[in-house]
Amino acid sequence: MANDHIDITVEPGEVHALLGENGAGKSTLMNQLYGLLQPDEGQIVVNDEPKVFRSPRDAIAAGIGMVHQHFMLVPVFTVAENIALGHEEVRGGPLGWLDRRRSRKDVIETSKRYGLPVDPDALVEDLPVGAQQRVEIVKALTRDVDLLILDEPTAVLTPQETEELLAVMRSLTAMGKSIVFITHKLKEVKAIADRITVVRRGQIVGTATPDTSEDELAALMVGRAVSLEVDKAPAEPGRNVLKIANLVVDDDRGVRAVDGLDLVVRAGEVLGIAGVQGNGQTELVEAVMGLREVRGGTVELDNENLGTMTTKRILRSGVGYIPEDRSHDGVVKEFSVAENLVLDMYDRAPFGNTFKLDAGSVASNAAERIEQFDIRCQSSETPVGTLSGGNQQKVVVAREMSRPLRLFIASQPTRGVDVGSIEFIHNRIVHERDQGTAVLVVSSELDEVVGLADRVAVMYRGRILAIVSPDTPREELGLLMAGITNSKQQAANDAAVQQAANDAADQRAANDAADQRAASDTAVQQAGSDAPEEGTK
Amino acid sequence: MTTETTTPQAPAAKGGPDGEESLLSRFTQNLWAANSVMVTILSIVLAVVIGAILIVVSDATVLAKFAYFTARPSDALTASWDLISVAYADLVKGALGDPEAFAAWFDGTGTWQQAFGPLSETLTYAAPLVFTGLAVALAFRGGLFNIGAQGQAVIGCITGGIAGFTFGLPVGLAMLVAMLCGALGGALWGFIPGLLKARTGAHEVITTIMLNYTSALLLSWLVLQKGIQDPDRTDAISKTVHEAAQLPSFGGVLRVHLGIVLAVLATAGVAWLLNRSAFGFELRAVGSNQHAAKTAGISVAKTYALLMAIAGGLAGLGGATQVLGTAYALTPAVAGNIGFDGLLVALLGRNRPWGTLLAALLFGALRAGGNRMQSYSGISLELVTVLQALIVIFIAAPALVKAIFRLRATRLTRPGASLVKG
Repeated sequence: MANDHIDITVEPGEVHALLGENGAGKSTLMNQLYGLLQPDEGQIVVNDEPKVFRSPRDAIAAGIGMVHQHFMLVPVFTVAENIALGHEEVRGGPLGWLDRRRSRKDVIETSKRYGLPVDPDALVEDLPVGAQQRVEIVKALTRDVDLLILDEPTAVLTPQETEELLAVMRSLTAMGKSIVFITHKLKEVKAIADRITVVRRGQIVGTATPDTSEDELAALMVGRAVSLEVDKAPAEPGRNVLKIANLVVDDDRGVRAVDGLDLVVRAGEVLGIAGVQGNGQTELVEAVMGLREVRGGTVELDNENLGTMTTKRILRSGVGYIPEDRSHDGVVKEFSVAENLVLDMYDRAPFGNTFKLDAGSVASNAAERIEQFDIRCQSSETPVGTLSGGNQQKVVVAREMSRPLRLFIASQPTRGVDVGSIEFIHNRIVHERDQGTAVLVVSSELDEVVGLADRVAVMYRGRILAIVSPDTPREELGLLMAGITNSKQQAANDAAVQQAANDAADQRAANDAADQRAASDTAVQQAGSDAPEEGTK
Repeated sequence: MTTETTTPQAPAAKGGPDGEESLLSRFTQNLWAANSVMVTILSIVLAVVIGAILIVVSDATVLAKFAYFTARPSDALTASWDLISVAYADLVKGALGDPEAFAAWFDGTGTWQQAFGPLSETLTYAAPLVFTGLAVALAFRGGLFNIGAQGQAVIGCITGGIAGFTFGLPVGLAMLVAMLCGALGGALWGFIPGLLKARTGAHEVITTIMLNYTSALLLSWLVLQKGIQDPDRTDAISKTVHEAAQLPSFGGVLRVHLGIVLAVLATAGVAWLLNRSAFGFELRAVGSNQHAAKTAGISVAKTYALLMAIAGGLAGLGGATQVLGTAYALTPAVAGNIGFDGLLVALLGRNRPWGTLLAALLFGALRAGGNRMQSYSGISLELVTVLQALIVIFIAAPALVKAIFRLRATRLTRPGASLVKG
């Protein structure tokens, strides 16, 4: 059962956040509201009128629109064509021709009215993800909806795009539209929601107000207390393990992505790379892993040149790697958990040799890792594709951490992973550092970089712009990520870092105290004991 | 504690729309998603039913009885039933054996050769199909659509045949060398598109289709060349394979030969390769997700090239079996359709080695039974081709079969469709 007697009510003009881990049943609930699934029990009431939605068409007619997590757009169509799709303007009867001009005008009008700039003639495939999402929102708005469901809208957005989206949501509610905001990101919920409903295992486990602390919300979501701060002792850096000098790498289109980059990662430290996505982070990591051609410069692991090695040799010389796109590069979904756990070690003892595999040791390895890394699966023979995102990621982490490492590279280690698993994965990364491994973390979540790293390297346009302490104020990091720096700042860097560290520590202490006060004031209702009488199911 | 939840979206497929999902992978998914055994059996049943209708429709006398169907329906129905039952009975007798022949053998009035003749025919037709079917199935598991099994089999015929009538080697060794030459020829013919794919990304469907034509034309030209053409003949036929190089047949009279044993061994070998070997792991990883395979250090290019060579070698063995076991000489049509039938066999066997073996046996049985049906009931051999095609169509469209039989649609167990979470 994905939803077990859930009652929620959405008021006009509010942002109602539906918070829950991956697989808690948020999307299932909203798909019922949008007519994609039919409830077994219960009803939907819109403006005091009970409704039955057999398809999204009924839902749209009742004023409900939805923007899916995976966009439902035709890449080779223009924005206007995509928005018209499904209720095309036709002239000359049912077999008439498309009125493109009218569709275009509709799009321009809607986008003006709601302050959502879209280019009606651009091809959707040429647009960045954030703009595609705007097209989806405009598409819903052209249907005159009063309630907009946004399913994990920020999962695919950069921090800047997220900010823009939040602004759009504010202006929409100001115009009287209601929004159901599905997410598992606590910061965004606190930033935008008027009311928060927490879902766990198909049930409402509590409602909260935006001033509830993040720790408390996380505890509600996961069902136990979780620590959002990464718990770690100061690093004890050793020798230089990874040395990158003057590295040059091109992206898929042949455009220079990494342009003369220098970087050193030492044993026993976590070096975090912060930066807006698309500044060469992906290409940098792929070049180090031998997955992308090195155009110039050197990459050395303890004085061995990685630049000329195959990926297999790099992995076998003590490098562990979590790729940024798990389902694309990290796991083979049709393969079992056991097979995925030996994906890059299958032909080495004890799992096998050049010719054959040893099924017994593959199975016993799987049993051990599942236990050790708390991978939740029915059995080691279950296909990995049926596991939740967090557990798939744990499979990758378990595989890459189960051999002696010198260097560990984690690209977006917790993307699309639930809060409980994030904590676990972060702890494993710190544990790996404490064993003397050099760790390189790349993440588009600034919180993650700052939380994990002992040093933060800010990457901008294929170069490291600055290396700063993780305690550097956010504003300063934000400016660096946008490429703004000056020599004076550079000169004063050391002093600033020290100062910033002290400031930040004070700030955090103050925050904690405030949070605690807020927590005790907030009434967090448990297990839907206070379910609204007349509910929108 | 774990709870099972099904959601209509695949949460695992984060990171934007899956534009990468190719036609091939969706096709495989559909293929595997269906409850395979049930759908396969029902497909065969459906094909037989439609075949029955065709039998009736193509018979003028029975059709004439339908003209006064409303007056005396029993006439038309009885005649149809007789026609269909006799035809299908002949099909079964021609494929597995005639009970009367067995009875005669026990009485002493017949010989065991007569009793086992039909089975022998089935196995004879099936043997090369097992090899070509495996050639397609194995490549498919590695993510390659080997349309070129036909061409690889033809080259296997050529190299196996030429080795068979050229080298004067002792019994046993001659056969071994000829089979090996067939395998090597096919492997080369498979390696070319594999290498092209690995090096240049040339699509294997295009290159293998082209190589099919090349090999067919090469064979037609070769059999007329001096040193290859039978000097006593003017038509397009080569010299006969030395007796030492021929695959020994059982019992002298029966056509069935060592090829079927080799086919079973090859099936076992492919099953081992896929599931127990390091290369099998690589090829399955590349076939399911080549990006993850590459990230894990598996060389995709090397896998493609080697995989196509092995697949080509299997098809080449199929061709060599045809020449050394059945035809004994090269003609332009010596390979028949074994490569293309191999595609259907692999599809019917769902690209699993033992499934492919069973499918090849079914196709062999249909072919052998079809011969008897044609000569006894006068029903065209083409009906068998229609049956084969229908079975494959139904298998390729599991949703259709389920709709016809009102099967409760089993929820697709696509990866990511259901998830287990803590």
